[in-house]
Amino acid sequence: MKRHLLSAADLTRDDALLVLDTAEELAQLTERATVKKLPTLRGRTVVNLFFEDSTRTRTSFELAAKRLSADVINFSAKGSSVSKGETLKDTALTLEAMGSDAVVIRHSWSGAPVNLARWVKGSVINAGDGTHEHPTQALLDAYTMRQRHGRIEGLRVTIVGDVLHSRVARSNVLLLSTLGADVTLVAPPTLLPVGVESWPCESTYDLDAVLPKSDVVMMLRVQRERMGAAYFPSTREYSRRYGLDVRRVTTLKDDAIVMHPGPMVRGMEIAPEVADGVRSTIQEQVANGVSVRMAVLYLLLGGAESAIGTPE
Amino acid sequence: MTAGQTAPPGGVPGAAPQRPVSGDPAAAKPVLTAAEVARAVDRMAHELLEKTGGGADVVLLGIPTRGTTIAARLARRIEAFEGLVVPTGSLDITLYRDDLRLKSPRALEETEVPPEGIDGKLVVLVDDVLFSGRTVRAALDALADLGRPRAVQLAVLVDRGHRELPIRADYVGKNIPTSLREAVHVQLTEHDGQDAVLLGPARLGPGS
Repeated sequence: MKRHLLSAADLTRDDALLVLDTAEELAQLTERATVKKLPTLRGRTVVNLFFEDSTRTRTSFELAAKRLSADVINFSAKGSSVSKGETLKDTALTLEAMGSDAVVIRHSWSGAPVNLARWVKGSVINAGDGTHEHPTQALLDAYTMRQRHGRIEGLRVTIVGDVLHSRVARSNVLLLSTLGADVTLVAPPTLLPVGVESWPCESTYDLDAVLPKSDVVMMLRVQRERMGAAYFPSTREYSRRYGLDVRRVTTLKDDAIVMHPGPMVRGMEIAPEVADGVRSTIQEQVANGVSVRMAVLYLLLGGAESAIGTPE
Repeated sequence: MTAGQTAPPGGVPGAAPQRPVSGDPAAAKPVLTAAEVARAVDRMAHELLEKTGGGADVVLLGIPTRGTTIAARLARRIEAFEGLVVPTGSLDITLYRDDLRLKSPRALEETEVPPEGIDGKLVVLVDDVLFSGRTVRAALDALADLGRPRAVQLAVLVDRGHRELPIRADYVGKNIPTSLREAVHVQLTEHDGQDAVLLGPARLGPGS
């Protein structure tokens, strides 16, 4: 059976915990036991199909695949036949004809990975599709929370900012509710999606009210590139009402952590002192991303059939 | 772990049909009692001290899950006999298995290398049952990625024969001649509530 990782909702509680536990053992091997390369995916080919700019996700997937000895083909829309008008389907079929076992796709269209999964024979991993989902980001965030707090169940997680355009927020809400955390979304009314009441989480406009109760505060970037209109009066006003500054951090619990999926805009949603402070897990999130993606690749591609993910 | 042994706990959900299944331990007959297991471990500890000239430079690495437990017990007995603390750890071989592609990916077990490392040491791999030898082959590959031991030896509680590779053990708790229709169950208090080695009928799963 071929399997994919398209949405955080595809993962059952057991699946998600298997990914986190596997990532922990892999981190132990690659970081503490200093095994730089494992033979596990030797001979398998992973295609990184990136139609949107990315620094950490693409390099993270590339490093993860290489540490498992897979062959990696990096494909970005710029400088490819896409700029000559080739469709997503034709591009995918071309890459498949070259023998790829898995396609890691990032695309500005929500749902592009779901379509791709219908066209190709290998596994498809969603590395971010439009404003829809980014499941491996949610997994590495959950991993980081568990690492810092020792648990996920019962954690109060506050996600702040441009929820409307955020695939990170959507995947986190889905995964964290599966894992038993209590999620609260905080955003100006214009940046909360329609129908958020039906999501498995709370939502509010008042950041200061929820901060003292939070174990985890996750800040989101305001995604100007996806905005065709003004969603708030000014950057300064957004920053004053929804930015995590030094004063707000003092209202947090002693062991609360501050997360950001990156890229961040210092001084807008997060103050530089906070981003570089002791509560910040931003660098840990990047490091954990490699272990979590190794776990996902191993569990999807390592055996005769996948151990996790969406059935065909 | 080799086919025909007791399956490790915490396996991959939904992977059961692909894994070689051991027979029901309830239908198995005892071949080693708790006292005999203890005596076998004691003797192996003595042999290890003798053969390694007092156990200097030795690092014990158990193969999860029961090999890790036996390695810890060997270390305790060596300490009791000679007052020597032997560095002990565990070595998961899942990612090095030669049958990885034949079944659903398994959950990984812990790899814990002692802080002294393994470079220049005499590494003694410890497992519960020696069967085809494929687990040990995978362990040798895993070991090569961790460092360069001066030498590698193998200690097993039970050698049941049927080798498929040119591999032999240096220390054996008990040689138990078996047929392929039988399964060896090593039970240890830490995992199973009692110490015993049982021999029972195997229900051979696909691929075993």
